[in-house]
Amino acid sequence: MEHIIFYIFSAILVLSALMVITVRNPVHAALFLVLAFFTSAALWLLLEAEFLALILVLVYVGAVMVLFLFVVMMLDINLTVLREGFTSYLPVGALIATLILIEMALVVGPEHFGLDSVAAPVPHTAGYSNTQALGNVLYTVYVYPFEIAGVILLVAIIGAIALTLRRRPQTKYQDPSQQVLVRSKDRVRIIKMPSEKKRGGA
Amino acid sequence: MDFTLPNFAPAMPEIFVLSMACIILIVDLFLTEHTRVVTYLLSLITLIAAAVLTANLDTAEPVLTFSGTFINDSMAVVLKLFIYLITFVVLVYSHNYLRTRQLYQGEYFVLILFAVLGMMVLVSAHSLLTIYLGLELLSLSLYTLVALRRDSVSASEAAMKYFVLGALASGILLYGLSMLYGVTGSLDIGNISSHISTSIATPAEHSIVLVFALVFVLVGILFKLGAVPFHMWVPDVYHGAPTSVTLFIGTAPKIAAFAMLMRLLVDGLGDLHSQWQTMIIIVAVLSMAAGNIIAIAQTNLKRMLAYSTIAHVGFLLLGILSGTLNGYASSMFYVIVYALMSLGGFGMIILLSRAGFEADRLEDFKGLNQRSPWFAFMMLILMFSMAGVPPTVGFYAKLAVLQAVVEADLVWLAVLAVVFSVIGAYYYLRIIKLMYFDQPDDVAPLAAGFDMRLAMSANGLAILGLGLFPSGLLTLCARALNP
Repeated sequence: MEHIIFYIFSAILVLSALMVITVRNPVHAALFLVLAFFTSAALWLLLEAEFLALILVLVYVGAVMVLFLFVVMMLDINLTVLREGFTSYLPVGALIATLILIEMALVVGPEHFGLDSVAAPVPHTAGYSNTQALGNVLYTVYVYPFEIAGVILLVAIIGAIALTLRRRPQTKYQDPSQQVLVRSKDRVRIIKMPSEKKRGGA
Repeated sequence: MDFTLPNFAPAMPEIFVLSMACIILIVDLFLTEHTRVVTYLLSLITLIAAAVLTANLDTAEPVLTFSGTFINDSMAVVLKLFIYLITFVVLVYSHNYLRTRQLYQGEYFVLILFAVLGMMVLVSAHSLLTIYLGLELLSLSLYTLVALRRDSVSASEAAMKYFVLGALASGILLYGLSMLYGVTGSLDIGNISSHISTSIATPAEHSIVLVFALVFVLVGILFKLGAVPFHMWVPDVYHGAPTSVTLFIGTAPKIAAFAMLMRLLVDGLGDLHSQWQTMIIIVAVLSMAAGNIIAIAQTNLKRMLAYSTIAHVGFLLLGILSGTLNGYASSMFYVIVYALMSLGGFGMIILLSRAGFEADRLEDFKGLNQRSPWFAFMMLILMFSMAGVPPTVGFYAKLAVLQAVVEADLVWLAVLAVVFSVIGAYYYLRIIKLMYFDQPDDVAPLAAGFDMRLAMSANGLAILGLGLFPSGLLTLCARALNP
């Protein structure tokens, strides 16, 4: 039963990955990528990595891909320009890709990774908590790589801000401190006017 | 679970640099264009203090900490000290350059400090995980630095090429690392090494997968070094990036890439030496050939130095492929000397540049002797050293590497290397000819400040001094690898 589920999900995963790079519409490509993430999360569930599977769905499907869809929809990508030369490069690209695939299959075929060379993992008992196991090592055994991953994210933030934030002279922006400091007499001018008489008939 | 607090002492320099980078990031927010010199000085102080902290570490025995993901040994200490030194000089050189080109931003200094942190992590890595993370931290900072001048089309193009190709190379490296993990079942470099040596002693079952992983890992490393055929990004990035960034990319990260090569290939996959030796021989010959021959056709000094980098990387690989301690030590000597020479070479471009004028064409060096005999002499030393003419240090670097190759019974390779360096001497000597025998087109006095002139003179004299007394640095390298 597990085998059948595995093969179904793997087939969907490979197909959707293929569709990501072949469909014409970028929105469809992004949606196929979402499908690919979902199916790989399912595969992780089969491997008893529940926490990672859920995180994959939450982070990639929930956050990253939504952002991606926003970008795809906001940018007006000219598809014909992107596809220029696709057919002329296709034969060479396909040839090289097939060659690499065959070579890789010859060199690292399944005979190197079968059950006789790598022992099957022992299934965990029902009370085993994946999340707890990760939490136990993340801040202890792997604290150094974890911190560096944090620094990499910090550099990514600095880089993104440094590359995109610039003050154009014509940009209009709000200055909160000025907004708070404003007093009523700066905004509202009360003018004394003689009252006018009602015109008759109106 | 039982857990003891890791020993933080060996990682003190890393912790310090990270804290200072974050502090500088915040301090810079309160500075204006006129007081930004504070950021610059704080960055310099950070490097000096990190050097003091690193030099005080005890290296009698290699120390592992953080559950074996971090190692501190004498090689790490020596390489880190040179990384600080070179970054320090890079900052001194680029200070004035940045001010005249609207690049004088706090992010520049912060990103350079983060890149230094990435190099430190890489140099001290003892796990596949930390190697990859250190590499990414370094690369991400460098991509941003290249793109920092965002109004320049060529800089944006260079950053884009660097980013896309660098991401591809990281992916290939990661694939190789995952294969290694799959075969050996461990991320720890020591465990990988012992697993390989036992599996090679018995009839090798996994060895074909190991070699497969080795190819991918090697491609990843060689891309970072810029060896042929993974060199396509080097000339474009060196040419397109602002010269102060090129100066940085072309010097310190090469030392870090050398450390990565040592950690992965020698410490981790040392038992596969017979496999990777042949691969590296091919790459080294191709690099020396392509680098030296294509450099002749260049008219832009930055591009020419980029191709000369490729040729020098070929030489650097010669020492590694010999597979002996002597060979590794000579490669380490070579990479340090190369970093110092290339620091001077790109520094010279900055020295001759002034606001609105980039002295990166060969013609800009015409008649330099009449404009400034002293700096023409410095450039002469640098070019002689790059070409490998005694008594400069470049000669000893090449000699040490060639000795290691001859000791490994690869005399033909040594002969080939000499032939290529003779070809390479042509384009270095052409600059000397332009400086001494041509009339200057441009007679404006040099705009460089006193600090720049002092650093440049020290740089040139160091090349000459190390050439006259090379034994100190040579023994330092030998002892760093074999304590």
